[in-house]
Amino acid sequence: MALWWANVTGTFERCFIYQDRYKLLLSGIGVTIKVSLLAITIGIVIGFLIALCNLSKNKGLNVIGKVYTDVIRGTPSVTQLMIIYFVIFATINWSKWIIAAIAFGINSGAYVSEIIRAGILSIDRGQTEAGRSLGLSARQTMMSIVVPQAVKNIFPALGNEFITLIKETAIVGYVGLMDIQKAGDFIKSATYEAFMPLMGTAVIYFVLIKLLTLALGRYEKHLRKSEIR
Amino acid sequence: MGNAIIKVNNLQKSFNDIKVLTGITEEIDEGEVVVVIGPSGSGKSTFLRCLNLLETPDDGEVIIEGEQINTAGVDVDRLRRKMGMVFQHFNLFPHLTVLENITLAPVKVNKLTPEAAAEKAMDLLARVGLKEKANDYPASLSGGQKQRIAIARALAMDPKIMLFDEPTSALDPEMVGEVLDVMKKLAKNGMTMVVVTHEMGFAREVGTRLLFIDEGNVLEKGTPDEVLNHPKQERTIAFLSKVLI
Repeated sequence: MALWWANVTGTFERCFIYQDRYKLLLSGIGVTIKVSLLAITIGIVIGFLIALCNLSKNKGLNVIGKVYTDVIRGTPSVTQLMIIYFVIFATINWSKWIIAAIAFGINSGAYVSEIIRAGILSIDRGQTEAGRSLGLSARQTMMSIVVPQAVKNIFPALGNEFITLIKETAIVGYVGLMDIQKAGDFIKSATYEAFMPLMGTAVIYFVLIKLLTLALGRYEKHLRKSEIR
Repeated sequence: MGNAIIKVNNLQKSFNDIKVLTGITEEIDEGEVVVVIGPSGSGKSTFLRCLNLLETPDDGEVIIEGEQINTAGVDVDRLRRKMGMVFQHFNLFPHLTVLENITLAPVKVNKLTPEAAAEKAMDLLARVGLKEKANDYPASLSGGQKQRIAIARALAMDPKIMLFDEPTSALDPEMVGEVLDVMKKLAKNGMTMVVVTHEMGFAREVGTRLLFIDEGNVLEKGTPDEVLNHPKQERTIAFLSKVLI
Protein backbone atom coordinates (compact mmCIF):
# COMPACT_ATOMS: atom_id res chain seq x y z
CA MET A 1 0.00 0.00 0.00
CA ALA A 2 2.73 2.40 1.02
CA LEU A 3 4.65 1.39 -2.06
CA TRP A 4 1.65 2.03 -4.31
CA TRP A 5 1.10 5.47 -2.77
CA ALA A 6 4.76 6.35 -3.22
CA ASN A 7 4.42 5.29 -6.82
CA VAL A 8 1.40 7.55 -7.39
CA THR A 9 2.95 10.60 -5.77
CA GLY A 10 6.17 9.97 -7.65
CA THR A 11 4.37 9.88 -10.98
CA PHE A 12 2.39 12.96 -10.02
CA GLU A 13 5.58 14.81 -9.22
CA ARG A 14 7.26 13.78 -12.47
CA CYS A 15 4.21 14.74 -14.52
CA PHE A 16 3.23 18.04 -12.98
CA ILE A 17 5.92 19.37 -10.64
CA TYR A 18 9.26 18.42 -12.17
CA GLN A 19 10.55 21.19 -14.47
CA ASP A 20 7.46 23.21 -13.58
CA ARG A 21 5.35 21.13 -15.96
CA TYR A 22 2.11 22.37 -14.36
CA LYS A 23 2.94 25.73 -15.92
CA LEU A 24 2.51 24.17 -19.36
CA LEU A 25 -1.01 23.17 -18.40
CA LEU A 26 -1.74 26.59 -16.91
CA SER A 27 -0.69 28.39 -20.06
CA GLY A 28 -2.65 25.74 -21.99
CA ILE A 29 -5.78 26.73 -20.06
CA GLY A 30 -5.09 30.33 -21.07
CA VAL A 31 -4.82 29.35 -24.73
CA THR A 32 -8.00 27.26 -24.64
CA ILE A 33 -9.95 30.08 -22.98
CA LYS A 34 -8.58 32.76 -25.33
CA VAL A 35 -9.35 30.77 -28.47
CA SER A 36 -12.81 29.70 -27.24
CA LEU A 37 -13.92 33.18 -26.20
CA LEU A 38 -12.87 34.86 -29.42
CA ALA A 39 -14.27 31.97 -31.46
CA ILE A 40 -17.71 32.05 -29.85
CA THR A 41 -17.85 35.83 -30.32
CA ILE A 42 -17.01 35.47 -34.02
CA GLY A 43 -19.41 32.52 -34.21
CA ILE A 44 -22.32 34.53 -32.81
CA VAL A 45 -21.69 37.45 -35.18
CA ILE A 46 -21.41 35.16 -38.21
CA GLY A 47 -24.29 33.03 -36.97
CA PHE A 48 -26.56 36.07 -36.66
CA LEU A 49 -25.69 37.29 -40.16
CA ILE A 50 -26.16 33.85 -41.70
CA ALA A 51 -29.46 33.44 -39.84
CA LEU A 52 -30.65 36.75 -41.31
CA CYS A 53 -29.54 35.53 -44.76
CA ASN A 54 -31.55 32.34 -44.30
CA LEU A 55 -34.62 34.21 -43.07
CA SER A 56 -34.45 36.90 -45.74
CA LYS A 57 -36.88 37.08 -48.62
CA ASN A 58 -33.91 37.71 -50.92
CA LYS A 59 -33.13 34.51 -52.85
CA GLY A 60 -29.45 35.39 -53.28
CA LEU A 61 -28.96 35.76 -49.55
CA ASN A 62 -30.80 32.46 -48.99
CA VAL A 63 -28.30 30.72 -51.26
CA ILE A 64 -25.32 32.27 -49.45
CA GLY A 65 -26.70 31.14 -46.12
CA LYS A 66 -27.47 27.66 -47.31
CA VAL A 67 -24.12 27.09 -48.99
CA TYR A 68 -22.26 28.34 -45.92
CA THR A 69 -24.15 26.06 -43.57
CA ASP A 70 -23.83 23.10 -45.92
CA VAL A 71 -20.08 23.43 -46.47
CA ILE A 72 -19.23 23.98 -42.82
CA ARG A 73 -21.44 21.18 -41.55
CA GLY A 74 -20.29 18.85 -44.31
CA THR A 75 -16.56 18.95 -43.54
CA PRO A 76 -14.60 18.04 -40.40
CA SER A 77 -13.57 20.94 -38.22
CA VAL A 78 -9.98 19.76 -38.13
CA THR A 79 -9.86 19.95 -41.93
CA GLN A 80 -11.35 23.45 -41.82
CA LEU A 81 -8.83 24.51 -39.19
CA MET A 82 -5.92 23.28 -41.27
CA ILE A 83 -7.21 24.82 -44.50
CA ILE A 84 -7.66 28.18 -42.80
CA TYR A 85 -4.28 28.02 -41.08
CA PHE A 86 -2.10 26.51 -43.80
CA VAL A 87 -3.87 27.83 -46.92
CA ILE A 88 -5.93 30.93 -46.34
CA PHE A 89 -3.74 32.51 -43.66
CA ALA A 90 -0.52 30.96 -44.94
CA THR A 91 1.00 34.30 -45.89
CA ILE A 92 -0.62 36.41 -43.20
CA ASN A 93 1.46 36.83 -40.12
CA TRP A 94 -1.14 36.93 -37.35
CA SER A 95 -0.89 35.25 -33.96
CA LYS A 96 -1.64 31.56 -34.18
CA TRP A 97 -4.37 31.75 -31.57
CA ILE A 98 -6.24 34.45 -33.45
CA ILE A 99 -6.18 32.45 -36.69
CA ALA A 100 -7.34 29.36 -34.81
CA ALA A 101 -10.15 31.38 -33.19
CA ILE A 102 -11.24 32.63 -36.61
CA ALA A 103 -11.33 29.05 -37.89
CA PHE A 104 -13.44 27.87 -34.94
CA GLY A 105 -15.63 30.98 -35.20
CA ILE A 106 -16.35 30.26 -38.85
CA ASN A 107 -17.18 26.70 -37.94
CA SER A 108 -19.35 27.59 -34.98
CA GLY A 109 -21.17 30.28 -36.99
CA ALA A 110 -22.89 27.63 -39.08
CA TYR A 111 -24.29 25.90 -36.00
CA VAL A 112 -25.10 29.15 -34.20
CA SER A 113 -26.99 30.41 -37.27
CA GLU A 114 -29.38 27.48 -37.07
CA ILE A 115 -29.91 28.12 -33.35
CA ILE A 116 -30.55 31.83 -33.94
CA ARG A 117 -32.83 31.16 -36.89
CA ALA A 118 -34.95 28.83 -34.78
CA GLY A 119 -34.94 31.41 -31.99
CA ILE A 120 -36.16 34.21 -34.24
CA LEU A 121 -38.85 31.97 -35.72
CA SER A 122 -40.00 31.05 -32.21
CA ILE A 123 -41.15 34.63 -31.59
CA ASP A 124 -44.82 35.16 -32.37
CA ARG A 125 -45.56 37.14 -35.53
CA GLY A 126 -47.80 39.38 -33.45
CA GLN A 127 -44.69 40.83 -31.81
CA THR A 128 -43.36 41.99 -35.16
CA GLU A 129 -46.77 43.29 -36.16
CA ALA A 130 -47.09 45.24 -32.91
CA GLY A 131 -43.66 46.78 -33.46
CA ARG A 132 -44.33 47.69 -37.08
CA SER A 133 -47.79 49.08 -36.29
CA LEU A 134 -46.14 51.47 -33.83
CA GLY A 135 -44.03 52.84 -36.66
CA LEU A 136 -40.79 51.03 -35.83
CA SER A 137 -38.79 50.01 -38.91
CA ALA A 138 -38.18 46.35 -39.71
CA ARG A 139 -34.66 46.70 -38.36
CA GLN A 140 -35.72 48.44 -35.15
CA THR A 141 -38.40 45.82 -34.60
CA MET A 142 -35.85 43.05 -35.09
CA MET A 143 -33.25 44.59 -32.78
CA SER A 144 -35.44 45.87 -29.93
CA ILE A 145 -38.30 43.41 -29.93
CA VAL A 146 -37.55 40.11 -31.64
CA VAL A 147 -33.85 39.55 -30.91
CA PRO A 148 -33.98 40.24 -27.14
CA GLN A 149 -36.78 37.70 -26.77
CA ALA A 150 -35.12 35.21 -29.09
CA VAL A 151 -31.86 35.43 -27.12
CA LYS A 152 -33.70 34.36 -24.01
CA ASN A 153 -35.20 31.37 -25.79
CA ILE A 154 -31.98 30.22 -27.40
CA PHE A 155 -29.69 30.90 -24.48
CA PRO A 156 -29.51 27.26 -23.32
CA ALA A 157 -28.77 26.09 -26.87
CA LEU A 158 -26.11 28.77 -27.29
CA GLY A 159 -24.51 27.74 -24.00
CA ASN A 160 -24.44 24.19 -25.26
CA GLU A 161 -22.76 25.32 -28.46
CA PHE A 162 -20.14 27.19 -26.44
CA ILE A 163 -19.39 24.05 -24.43
CA THR A 164 -19.08 21.99 -27.61
CA LEU A 165 -16.79 24.65 -29.02
CA ILE A 166 -14.45 24.57 -26.02
CA LYS A 167 -13.98 20.83 -26.40
CA GLU A 168 -13.61 21.20 -30.15
CA THR A 169 -10.62 23.50 -29.62
CA ALA A 170 -8.68 20.49 -28.32
CA ILE A 171 -7.52 20.00 -31.93
CA VAL A 172 -5.56 23.27 -32.10
CA GLY A 173 -2.42 21.22 -31.53
CA TYR A 174 -2.66 20.44 -35.25
CA VAL A 175 -1.53 23.97 -36.01
CA GLY A 176 1.08 24.06 -33.28
CA LEU A 177 -0.78 25.78 -30.47
CA MET A 178 -0.11 24.55 -26.94
CA ASP A 179 -3.59 24.33 -25.40
CA ILE A 180 -4.67 22.07 -22.52
CA GLN A 181 -4.82 18.95 -24.68
CA LYS A 182 -1.45 19.60 -26.32
CA ALA A 183 0.18 20.36 -22.96
CA GLY A 184 -1.10 17.07 -21.56
CA ASP A 185 0.13 15.31 -24.66
CA PHE A 186 3.54 16.94 -24.33
CA ILE A 187 3.87 15.75 -20.74
CA LYS A 188 2.81 12.27 -21.81
CA SER A 189 5.62 12.13 -24.37
CA ALA A 190 8.21 13.58 -22.01
CA THR A 191 7.42 11.24 -19.11
CA TYR A 192 6.27 8.07 -20.90
CA GLU A 193 3.30 8.21 -18.54
CA ALA A 194 -0.15 8.04 -20.10
CA PHE A 195 -2.60 7.84 -17.22
CA MET A 196 -1.66 10.86 -15.14
CA PRO A 197 -1.27 13.52 -17.85
CA LEU A 198 -4.41 12.41 -19.71
CA MET A 199 -6.47 12.30 -16.52
CA GLY A 200 -5.12 15.73 -15.64
CA THR A 201 -6.19 17.02 -19.04
CA ALA A 202 -9.67 15.54 -18.65
CA VAL A 203 -10.09 16.96 -15.15
CA ILE A 204 -9.10 20.45 -16.29
CA TYR A 205 -11.58 20.43 -19.18
CA PHE A 206 -14.27 19.07 -16.90
CA VAL A 207 -13.78 21.71 -14.23
CA LEU A 208 -13.64 24.48 -16.81
CA ILE A 209 -16.91 23.39 -18.39
CA LYS A 210 -18.57 22.78 -15.04
CA LEU A 211 -17.79 26.34 -13.99
CA LEU A 212 -19.11 27.65 -17.29
CA THR A 213 -22.31 25.62 -16.93
CA LEU A 214 -22.91 27.08 -13.48
CA ALA A 215 -22.32 30.62 -14.74
CA LEU A 216 -24.63 30.12 -17.72
CA GLY A 217 -27.35 28.74 -15.47
CA ARG A 218 -27.17 31.80 -13.25
CA TYR A 219 -27.30 34.17 -16.16
CA GLU A 220 -30.28 32.35 -17.64
CA LYS A 221 -32.18 32.83 -14.39
CA HIS A 222 -31.39 36.53 -14.56
CA LEU A 223 -32.66 36.68 -18.16
CA ARG A 224 -35.92 35.04 -17.18
CA LYS A 225 -36.80 37.54 -14.49
CA SER A 226 -39.47 39.21 -16.66
CA GLU A 227 -41.45 35.98 -16.69
CA ILE A 228 -41.97 35.77 -12.96
CA ARG A 229 -45.60 36.26 -12.26
CA MET B 1 -69.23 63.53 -45.51
CA GLY B 2 -66.42 65.15 -47.38
CA ASN B 3 -63.83 65.17 -44.65
CA ALA B 4 -62.74 61.58 -45.22
CA ILE B 5 -59.60 60.64 -43.31
CA ILE B 6 -59.66 57.09 -44.69
CA LYS B 7 -60.72 56.30 -48.24
CA VAL B 8 -60.74 52.80 -49.63
CA ASN B 9 -61.37 52.11 -53.31
CA ASN B 10 -62.06 48.66 -54.67
CA LEU B 11 -59.86 46.96 -52.05
CA GLN B 12 -59.01 43.37 -52.98
CA LYS B 13 -56.96 40.76 -51.23
CA SER B 14 -56.47 37.01 -51.70
CA PHE B 15 -54.64 34.46 -49.62
CA ASN B 16 -53.39 31.73 -51.89
CA ASP B 17 -56.39 31.23 -54.15
CA ILE B 18 -59.02 32.34 -51.70
CA LYS B 19 -60.43 35.78 -52.31
CA VAL B 20 -60.82 37.39 -48.88
CA LEU B 21 -61.71 40.93 -49.94
CA THR B 22 -63.63 41.29 -53.17
CA GLY B 23 -63.51 45.03 -53.76
CA ILE B 24 -64.43 47.15 -50.76
CA THR B 25 -65.09 50.84 -51.35
CA GLU B 26 -65.64 52.94 -48.25
CA GLU B 27 -64.98 56.34 -46.75
CA ILE B 28 -64.46 57.09 -43.09
CA ASP B 29 -64.64 60.64 -41.78
CA GLU B 30 -62.58 62.21 -39.06
CA GLY B 31 -64.09 61.56 -35.64
CA GLU B 32 -66.21 58.64 -36.76
CA VAL B 33 -66.36 55.43 -34.78
CA VAL B 34 -66.93 52.79 -37.41
CA VAL B 35 -67.75 49.37 -36.06
CA VAL B 36 -67.14 46.47 -38.41
CA ILE B 37 -69.20 43.36 -37.77
CA GLY B 38 -69.65 40.12 -39.62
CA PRO B 39 -69.18 36.37 -39.36
CA SER B 40 -65.74 34.82 -38.81
CA GLY B 41 -63.76 34.53 -42.00
CA SER B 42 -65.76 37.27 -43.67
CA GLY B 43 -62.65 39.41 -44.17
CA LYS B 44 -63.27 42.07 -41.55
CA SER B 45 -59.89 41.67 -39.85
CA THR B 46 -58.14 41.57 -43.22
CA PHE B 47 -59.92 44.81 -44.15
CA LEU B 48 -58.62 46.43 -40.96
CA ARG B 49 -55.10 45.09 -41.48
CA CYS B 50 -55.02 46.45 -45.00
CA LEU B 51 -55.59 49.96 -43.62
CA ASN B 52 -52.14 50.05 -42.01
CA LEU B 53 -50.58 47.66 -44.50
CA LEU B 54 -50.02 44.76 -42.13
CA GLU B 55 -51.52 43.04 -45.16
CA THR B 56 -50.63 44.31 -48.60
CA PRO B 57 -53.70 44.77 -50.78
CA ASP B 58 -53.58 42.96 -54.12
CA ASP B 59 -55.61 45.62 -55.84
CA GLY B 60 -57.38 48.89 -55.11
CA GLU B 61 -56.41 51.99 -53.20
CA VAL B 62 -56.05 52.85 -49.55
CA ILE B 63 -55.88 56.61 -49.03
CA ILE B 64 -55.09 58.06 -45.63
CA GLU B 65 -55.43 61.83 -45.25
CA GLY B 66 -55.43 62.23 -49.00
CA GLU B 67 -52.29 60.19 -49.55
CA GLN B 68 -52.38 56.82 -51.23
CA ILE B 69 -50.39 54.45 -49.04
CA ASN B 70 -50.32 51.23 -51.01
CA THR B 71 -48.03 52.35 -53.81
CA ALA B 72 -44.31 51.82 -54.28
CA GLY B 73 -42.00 54.29 -52.62
CA VAL B 74 -44.28 55.24 -49.75
CA ASP B 75 -42.63 55.44 -46.35
CA VAL B 76 -44.75 52.82 -44.61
CA ASP B 77 -43.24 53.47 -41.19
CA ARG B 78 -44.23 57.15 -41.31
CA LEU B 79 -47.80 56.25 -42.30
CA ARG B 80 -48.17 53.70 -39.57
CA ARG B 81 -47.35 56.34 -36.98
CA LYS B 82 -50.65 58.03 -37.83
CA MET B 83 -52.51 54.84 -36.97
CA GLY B 84 -52.47 53.01 -33.69
CA MET B 85 -53.44 49.37 -33.66
CA VAL B 86 -54.80 47.20 -30.89
CA PHE B 87 -54.71 43.45 -31.38
CA GLN B 88 -56.87 40.61 -30.20
CA HIS B 89 -53.93 39.00 -28.41
CA PHE B 90 -52.54 42.29 -27.01
CA ASN B 91 -49.02 41.64 -28.32
CA LEU B 92 -47.36 43.44 -25.45
CA PHE B 93 -43.60 43.03 -25.44
CA PRO B 94 -43.02 40.49 -22.66
CA HIS B 95 -39.35 41.35 -22.13
CA LEU B 96 -40.13 44.99 -21.33
CA THR B 97 -41.91 46.55 -18.37
CA VAL B 98 -45.26 48.25 -18.89
CA LEU B 99 -43.56 51.64 -18.96
CA GLU B 100 -40.93 50.45 -21.44
CA ASN B 101 -43.65 48.97 -23.64
CA ILE B 102 -45.20 52.41 -23.91
CA THR B 103 -42.03 54.48 -24.25
CA LEU B 104 -40.21 52.26 -26.77
CA ALA B 105 -41.71 53.68 -29.96
CA PRO B 106 -41.87 57.33 -28.86
CA VAL B 107 -38.18 57.20 -27.97
CA LYS B 108 -37.01 55.17 -30.99
CA VAL B 109 -39.27 56.67 -33.63
CA ASN B 110 -40.32 60.12 -32.44
CA LYS B 111 -36.96 60.75 -30.76
CA LEU B 112 -38.52 61.84 -27.51
CA THR B 113 -36.14 61.92 -24.55
CA PRO B 114 -36.70 58.96 -22.21
CA GLU B 115 -37.83 61.39 -19.51
CA ALA B 116 -40.41 63.09 -21.71
CA ALA B 117 -41.64 59.73 -23.00
CA ALA B 118 -41.95 58.37 -19.47
CA GLU B 119 -43.90 61.41 -18.32
CA LYS B 120 -46.29 61.02 -21.22
CA ALA B 121 -46.57 57.29 -20.58
CA MET B 122 -47.53 57.93 -16.97
CA ASP B 123 -50.30 60.29 -18.12
CA LEU B 124 -51.59 57.63 -20.48
CA LEU B 125 -51.40 54.99 -17.76
CA ALA B 126 -53.45 57.26 -15.53
CA ARG B 127 -56.02 57.56 -18.31
CA VAL B 128 -56.40 53.79 -18.53
CA GLY B 129 -56.28 53.48 -14.74
CA LEU B 130 -53.06 51.49 -14.46
CA LYS B 131 -50.52 53.95 -13.15
CA GLU B 132 -49.43 51.59 -10.39
CA LYS B 133 -48.43 48.90 -12.91
CA ALA B 134 -45.77 51.00 -14.65
CA ASN B 135 -42.84 48.89 -13.50
CA ASP B 136 -44.47 45.48 -13.75
CA TYR B 137 -43.89 43.04 -16.56
CA PRO B 138 -46.82 42.05 -18.80
CA ALA B 139 -46.76 38.47 -17.51
CA SER B 140 -48.07 39.68 -14.15
CA LEU B 141 -51.12 41.44 -15.63
CA SER B 142 -54.65 40.21 -16.33
CA GLY B 143 -55.97 40.15 -19.89
CA GLY B 144 -58.03 43.29 -19.39
CA GLN B 145 -55.05 45.12 -17.94
CA LYS B 146 -52.86 43.98 -20.83
CA GLN B 147 -55.32 45.31 -23.37
CA ARG B 148 -55.60 48.67 -21.60
CA ILE B 149 -51.79 48.89 -21.66
CA ALA B 150 -51.83 48.02 -25.35
CA ILE B 151 -54.24 50.90 -25.96
CA ALA B 152 -52.02 53.26 -23.98
CA ARG B 153 -49.01 52.05 -25.97
CA ALA B 154 -50.74 52.84 -29.26
CA LEU B 155 -51.88 56.25 -27.99
CA ALA B 156 -48.33 57.18 -27.02
CA MET B 157 -47.58 57.74 -30.70
CA ASP B 158 -50.37 60.36 -30.94
CA PRO B 159 -52.20 58.54 -33.71
CA LYS B 160 -54.98 60.22 -35.68
CA ILE B 161 -56.75 56.93 -36.20
CA MET B 162 -57.09 53.94 -33.91
CA LEU B 163 -57.66 50.48 -35.34
CA PHE B 164 -59.06 47.77 -33.05
CA ASP B 165 -58.92 44.15 -34.18
CA GLU B 166 -61.33 42.24 -31.94
CA PRO B 167 -59.90 43.88 -28.81
CA THR B 168 -62.11 41.99 -26.37
CA SER B 169 -62.35 38.58 -28.04
CA ALA B 170 -59.51 37.03 -26.04
CA LEU B 171 -60.73 38.36 -22.70
CA ASP B 172 -62.61 36.70 -19.90
CA PRO B 173 -66.16 38.10 -19.83
CA GLU B 174 -65.66 40.04 -16.61
CA MET B 175 -62.77 41.98 -18.16
CA VAL B 176 -64.52 43.07 -21.32
CA GLY B 177 -66.14 46.04 -19.61
CA GLU B 178 -62.96 47.72 -18.45
CA VAL B 179 -61.50 47.65 -21.98
CA LEU B 180 -64.70 48.90 -23.59
CA ASP B 181 -64.82 51.74 -21.05
CA VAL B 182 -61.40 52.93 -22.15
CA MET B 183 -62.51 52.73 -25.79
CA LYS B 184 -65.70 54.66 -25.05
CA LYS B 185 -63.72 57.45 -23.41
CA LEU B 186 -61.50 57.56 -26.45
CA ALA B 187 -64.50 57.82 -28.77
CA LYS B 188 -65.98 60.59 -26.64
CA ASN B 189 -62.77 62.56 -27.03
CA GLY B 190 -63.22 62.54 -30.78
CA MET B 191 -60.73 59.87 -31.86
CA THR B 192 -61.36 58.37 -35.29
CA MET B 193 -61.80 54.67 -34.66
CA VAL B 194 -62.31 51.57 -36.74
CA VAL B 195 -63.34 48.69 -34.51
CA VAL B 196 -63.75 45.07 -35.54
CA THR B 197 -65.76 43.46 -32.77
CA HIS B 198 -68.48 41.07 -31.77
CA GLU B 199 -69.62 43.36 -28.96
CA MET B 200 -72.99 44.46 -30.26
CA GLY B 201 -73.62 46.51 -27.14
CA PHE B 202 -70.55 48.59 -27.87
CA ALA B 203 -71.54 48.88 -31.53
CA ARG B 204 -74.96 50.16 -30.59
CA GLU B 205 -73.79 52.57 -27.91
CA VAL B 206 -70.61 54.03 -29.34
CA GLY B 207 -70.61 53.35 -33.07
CA THR B 208 -71.44 56.26 -35.31
CA ARG B 209 -71.70 53.85 -38.21
CA LEU B 210 -71.77 50.10 -38.68
CA LEU B 211 -70.41 48.07 -41.55
CA PHE B 212 -71.62 44.53 -41.95
CA ILE B 213 -69.03 42.61 -43.94
CA ASP B 214 -69.72 39.21 -45.41
CA GLU B 215 -67.83 37.21 -48.03
CA GLY B 216 -65.27 39.93 -48.55
CA ASN B 217 -67.43 42.95 -49.07
CA VAL B 218 -69.62 45.45 -47.24
CA LEU B 219 -73.09 44.03 -47.46
CA GLU B 220 -74.94 46.54 -45.38
CA LYS B 221 -74.08 49.78 -43.63
CA GLY B 222 -75.70 52.55 -41.69
CA THR B 223 -76.26 53.84 -38.19
CA PRO B 224 -76.34 51.23 -35.44
CA ASP B 225 -80.11 51.60 -35.29
CA GLU B 226 -80.50 51.03 -39.02
CA VAL B 227 -78.27 47.99 -39.17
CA LEU B 228 -79.08 46.33 -35.85
CA ASN B 229 -82.77 47.08 -35.60
CA HIS B 230 -83.87 47.33 -39.21
CA PRO B 231 -81.53 45.17 -41.27
CA LYS B 232 -82.50 44.84 -44.92
CA GLN B 233 -80.27 42.08 -46.20
CA GLU B 234 -81.15 38.49 -45.47
CA ARG B 235 -77.60 37.58 -44.51
CA THR B 236 -77.46 40.46 -42.04
CA ILE B 237 -80.70 39.30 -40.49
CA ALA B 238 -79.39 35.75 -40.23
CA PHE B 239 -76.12 36.91 -38.68
CA LEU B 240 -77.82 39.21 -36.17
CA SER B 241 -80.27 36.54 -35.15
CA LYS B 242 -77.29 34.50 -34.01
CA VAL B 243 -75.37 37.21 -32.14
CA LEU B 244 -78.23 39.27 -30.68
CA ILE B 245 -79.89 37.06 -28.14
